[in-house]
Amino acid sequence: MNWLIAILQPALFVALAPLLAGFMKFCKCRLQNRRAPSLLQPYRDLLKLTRKQPVISEDASWLFCVAPYIIFTAMVLAASVVPFIAVDLPTSAEADVIVLVGFFAFARFFLALAGLDIGTAFGGMGSSREMTISSLAEPAMLMAVFTLTMTASTTNLSGAIEHVLNEGVVLRPSFVFALFALLLVAVAETGRIPVDNPTTHLELTMIHEAMILEYSGRHLALIEWASQLKFMLYGVLISNIFFPWGIAESFGLSALGYGLLVISGKLILLCIFLAFAETAVAKMRLFRVQEYLGFAYLLGLLGMLSHIILESTR
Amino acid sequence: MILFLAYSAVLLSFASGGVAIAHLQFPNVQKKSVFWLLGTSGLMAIFAGLGELIYPEIRLDTLNLGLPWLPWHVHFDGLSAFFFLIIGIAVFAVSLYAPHYTHHEQKDAQGFAVLSLFTGLFVAGMMLVLLADDAFMFMIAWELMSVASYFLVAFQHENPANRRAAFLYLLMAEVGALLIILAFGVVASFADGFTFDALRASTIPTTWMSIAFVLALMGFGMKAGLVPIHVWLPEAHPVAPSHISALMSGVMLKVALYGLIRFCFDLLPEVHWQWGVVLLIVGTISALSGILYAMMQQNLKRLLAYSSVENIGIIVMVLGLSMIFLANHQNELAALALLAALFHAFNHALFKNLLFLGAGMIHHQTHELNIDMLGGLIKRMPKTSVIFLIGCMSISSLPLFNGFVSEWLAFQTALQVDVLDNAVLRSLIPVSAAALALTAALAAACFVKVFGLIFLGVPRSRHAEKAKEIEDKGMLAAPAMLAFLCFFFGIFPSSILHLIDNVAKQLLGSNLPAQASLSLFSLAPVATQNASYSAPLILIGAVCAAGVCFWLLTRNSETTMRIAPTWDCGFGGLTPRMQYTSSAFTMPLRRIFATAFLIDEKVEKTMRENTKLNVADVRYTLHIQDHCWVRVYQPIERGVNVVAKQVGRIQTGNIRTYLGYSLATLILLLWVVSL
Repeated sequence: MNWLIAILQPALFVALAPLLAGFMKFCKCRLQNRRAPSLLQPYRDLLKLTRKQPVISEDASWLFCVAPYIIFTAMVLAASVVPFIAVDLPTSAEADVIVLVGFFAFARFFLALAGLDIGTAFGGMGSSREMTISSLAEPAMLMAVFTLTMTASTTNLSGAIEHVLNEGVVLRPSFVFALFALLLVAVAETGRIPVDNPTTHLELTMIHEAMILEYSGRHLALIEWASQLKFMLYGVLISNIFFPWGIAESFGLSALGYGLLVISGKLILLCIFLAFAETAVAKMRLFRVQEYLGFAYLLGLLGMLSHIILESTR
Repeated sequence: MILFLAYSAVLLSFASGGVAIAHLQFPNVQKKSVFWLLGTSGLMAIFAGLGELIYPEIRLDTLNLGLPWLPWHVHFDGLSAFFFLIIGIAVFAVSLYAPHYTHHEQKDAQGFAVLSLFTGLFVAGMMLVLLADDAFMFMIAWELMSVASYFLVAFQHENPANRRAAFLYLLMAEVGALLIILAFGVVASFADGFTFDALRASTIPTTWMSIAFVLALMGFGMKAGLVPIHVWLPEAHPVAPSHISALMSGVMLKVALYGLIRFCFDLLPEVHWQWGVVLLIVGTISALSGILYAMMQQNLKRLLAYSSVENIGIIVMVLGLSMIFLANHQNELAALALLAALFHAFNHALFKNLLFLGAGMIHHQTHELNIDMLGGLIKRMPKTSVIFLIGCMSISSLPLFNGFVSEWLAFQTALQVDVLDNAVLRSLIPVSAAALALTAALAAACFVKVFGLIFLGVPRSRHAEKAKEIEDKGMLAAPAMLAFLCFFFGIFPSSILHLIDNVAKQLLGSNLPAQASLSLFSLAPVATQNASYSAPLILIGAVCAAGVCFWLLTRNSETTMRIAPTWDCGFGGLTPRMQYTSSAFTMPLRRIFATAFLIDEKVEKTMRENTKLNVADVRYTLHIQDHCWVRVYQPIERGVNVVAKQVGRIQTGNIRTYLGYSLATLILLLWVVSL
């Protein structure tokens, strides 16, 4: 039974990721006085792409064709580690939050290589920028995560969430700092405004899109789906670490149903918040990103220090 | 028995050098036997190391060599055995790789003899360092290793730049050796004798102990390549033949670490947390600046050398953690940190060896080491590219590969700071952990650049376009074996961690925390509820997920792939020069971390017909220098020159002056004697 849920949960996660992307688009459109496409549009796009014949450049190597599968698999694995509607699943012991960051790094490594594979200027540009931004974002993320794991004295996500649940509602200054740091990192890592704009194809600004410019058909579908998954992963991570209340602690049907309802509510709120932020802020120059991520790192560091100075039991 | 294996490993590598000389005199002696002997020596070292690690016991012996009243004391314990294992694997791989790699050198009998002789001496020297049980033998073996490797660096001495690099290496090696002798001397002056047992038993004041620690850190750090005393590394590694740089970077740096661990954790009677902080800071600086400089390099081997600085930095940082925990009487956590450090040393030996051998393969097939001149090799050298990719993934510490496990262990150790009482330490260690995270992320960026520019894209030069796959089996098998080991220890890390745990037990008297589990399928360094990592399960999950996804997507036969020319935006004429280059790829990071480098960037424009807008020709030059070189070494060099000039004044060139000097010396000596 436990293992069944452990397999069904990531499956549900993967299935719902396009819906979240559709909802995000919906919120943004409504805020910008536009008519939104249907919530199911991302599914239709993915289905259309899988039915199309992929076109591959003659300069492409095997790595170009394999990379989408690797990227998608890494994201699926990440989805199996992050507690979504229930904690304490058997899969949660297979990897902790550092491994989760490792999965993201794995996907990014291959995405950047795929960008370089064709040998066009765009691909190289995207890879270079992606690796730059991620190498600044990763330490900021780990710093925020370390604050949490030091409080819970475990790096296991499920264990950390249970720890927060058992503590009850306590206002920890370190968590506030870590929350904001993680939010900033999530925006940067999922390629949203103000760091990257997923809807643009302008060479001066694009990062993620530049790397996947050569992809088509099912390969593109996999990569798009993987980035939707990544967006949802960060969303679930932030909502469940900092606001874990409502997550299912037992595997009864009612508890699971309630857990699903609660996490949907949390994600909807987060999406609305992000849509507001994206509408209000303009995209920044590439060379301002380091200041932005430096700020995220600083917040993470402050969170860590406030944990050590204010909250440590010693 | 195990000691016998260790001795035979040393003797066989001596013999391989000897055979090379014999070949000069007696052409009947086969050249191949050099490599056979070296390979057997490597195997013996592996067996000796494994045997000792599986049946841990301190084995002692005395050899009547050297001075009559000062016999050589030999010991073989877990720590020595672990490093023996590293040497063994590397030497075995090199012995498979070298026969074909050196076939150019083999045409010149004398050159080949020199290369083989010093390779044999170098390997034997490294092994003897590990066997030494007294300061006297240690230093002799150390010098054998240093001097033999000097000749290997200077092997292609026709090029003045190589001679300069070799001299720099020798100079720093000797200064380092001097510092190590001083460190031993400080401890020995409080002990009766030079044997390690006597040194251990010495009662030594804390101040002198700290002085000995600093001397040892500088001496061993000079060999290991800690910033700011690392400058020989990026000079010497690129000029040596690739299999030698593989040995130097993969193994010799580890021997220096062995020296540091032996001296600090074993010989000095106690450790202080302040030393741990010093190691932590030095390690962090080395790791960060190493990878930042690595990123900016265009020469592949130079890049790998800087990346060694980074990895040594990481290891030293984790050793610092171990020392801090040990000084705070957290022996179990100290054992965990030592485990992480030693495992990272092991992993670095594997993948750095692999990458240097890979660099040798690329150079062998294309005669090119400049990253900006390569490209597209994945189609021309498919096997090499897979092997090299595994190396890149390991060194970028991606999950499922060995580099990740040791970095994960390092993070786990760093997160245990809550047990410490000192608030400064509790805030310092997480910050260095974050620096470690930055280092790992930058390393990934660096090796995306390496693999992407060398193997992917379109060839940037004729050499790269004409490159062919390596056909010699041994030359492929050696890096392939290392790649397999990188993957194997990434999936089943506990197979070796059990053995390293024995080393920690012997050295620190403590195992891992009681609730830790190192089962084959899951790794939990502190306790299962704290953190666990199960690579086999992840691998199974990954294979299933990728398999299902591949099956679902490729079922439809109407969607088979179509091959088409790359879209050129309708303008036509895509050329290889439009691709990103090494300096273009790293430009954002260069700009962000601009203060870390000395950047000399020039753009020269020539205008057509004296107009201001019509550019005829653009010349771009970029020169990046190491801060240390300009800030530390050049002032020292100038200082030495100034002093030498002053001293030179007494040399008048007049015979009467010199006679006067002799007379003065004589009178002085007579006066001294008469006192």
